[in-house]
Amino acid sequence: MDSPLFHHEPEQMELPLKVKLGTFEGPMDLLLYLIKKNEIDIYDIPILVITQQYLEYLEMMKNLNLDIAGEFLLMAATLLHIKSKMLLPPSEQEEGEGEKEEEDPRAELVRRLLEYQRFKEAALQLTKGPLLDREVFVRSFFGETLPEKEGEDEISGEASLFGLLEAMKKVLEGLPAEEFQEISVEQLNIKDKILHIMERLWEAESVAFTELYTPFTPRREIVVTFLALLELLRLRMIRVFQGETFGTIRIFSPVGPEEGRKTIEERIL
Amino acid sequence: MEDIQSKAILEALIFVSESPLNLDRMKEVLGGVNKRELQRLLAEMMEDYRKSERGITLVEVAEGFQFRTRPEFGEWIRRLKKVKTAALSQPSLETLAIIAYRQPVVRMDIEKIRGVDSGGVLRTLLEKKLIKIIGKKDVPGKPIVYGTSKRFLEVFGLKDLSDLPTLKDLDSLGPPSMEGVLPLEEEKGEGEAIPEEESKVPENQEAQVDESSSEASEDPL
Repeated sequence: MDSPLFHHEPEQMELPLKVKLGTFEGPMDLLLYLIKKNEIDIYDIPILVITQQYLEYLEMMKNLNLDIAGEFLLMAATLLHIKSKMLLPPSEQEEGEGEKEEEDPRAELVRRLLEYQRFKEAALQLTKGPLLDREVFVRSFFGETLPEKEGEDEISGEASLFGLLEAMKKVLEGLPAEEFQEISVEQLNIKDKILHIMERLWEAESVAFTELYTPFTPRREIVVTFLALLELLRLRMIRVFQGETFGTIRIFSPVGPEEGRKTIEERIL
Repeated sequence: MEDIQSKAILEALIFVSESPLNLDRMKEVLGGVNKRELQRLLAEMMEDYRKSERGITLVEVAEGFQFRTRPEFGEWIRRLKKVKTAALSQPSLETLAIIAYRQPVVRMDIEKIRGVDSGGVLRTLLEKKLIKIIGKKDVPGKPIVYGTSKRFLEVFGLKDLSDLPTLKDLDSLGPPSMEGVLPLEEEKGEGEAIPEEESKVPENQEAQVDESSSEASEDPL
């Protein structure tokens, strides 16, 4: 274990993968990195060198199958634009714009870089002080309880066989009853459901909304039933009443069986 | 009222307060004490706590006063509470810093500085309640305006926004867009030293970039 070889090996193995690309959050980050790496004066960026290196990085990212966000490409375009601007003789440029064009083409970029760097630094400053819930704490007022000492529960006494059985029973009781159902491909359609609902209404005068469903009603049927109700409401074949908010919804039908069947036949496909 | 008694009452009030207790509330409860008097008492209390080297200190934070544990004891408390300190990622911190110094600010302003999409980060910060929506800007599209929350002051232990560390000054390269910057008064005549500092800027800042990128991932919040 103490052999120096052993310690060196992993490092060597990591070498080819030592690409720190993941750490660049964006083009600004990458540019700052390049500037630092090349020990460049940020106020006098050799745009040719930086552009070239920047593009090389993009190429590398592409080779690594990393998604290159649009922002990286935008920055590449900006760099190339600056580069081309710097190649042009300054005096030849649009005279109409006058002095504005005299500004160093890099100035805007430098300003942005400095600004970005300033905030990066500010972010760092923010985390330097003692932070709440990191170094300093306050009393908690919302019933937050301290975590139990781990494992305390299990060792509070030896469990007897009966204790175990009791626990097992509790677990089984907690499970929902086993259900055996015949699985059939039901052909549900709204028309059948409508007839079904109406027949129940003609028999019983009124039906509670909840009576239309049982706990075993399959989801598909729940949906179809609901659609049927909506359709019936639209056709004014049913009326629904609710006594109080969240109270029982009762469904009535103002239409008799004869008239009802006729309407259903005519109006519902 | 005797100072000692007033202090004891203040101590009790601060003790039971869920969030930093501000002077107005103290004045309201105590009655007949002016703010200056309160400030003097509180300053003395803070000093008392500091001197007595207890586990708890009285601090001025988020425009109020609060009892907090001493930073040195963080490790013990973390052991007790078994808290895993959720780290704020570098993008989150950056964005938070921009909002802190530039507020009120819209998403576009943030993205202009960061150069990357910041929607996700903003959502995270909102979820963590470190920033809040202040309103909508009255320009086409009515973009949402963000600012830092009271929680932000509490977490970072700031008295108020003017307590933020001063941002390094921007240089002479054209007009920097400073119009939105918070009133960060140059303290102790720092402003005069600008020309000298300027020449140092590149090196300093580069050095710090390195720190920030390497530290960021493990910097817990």
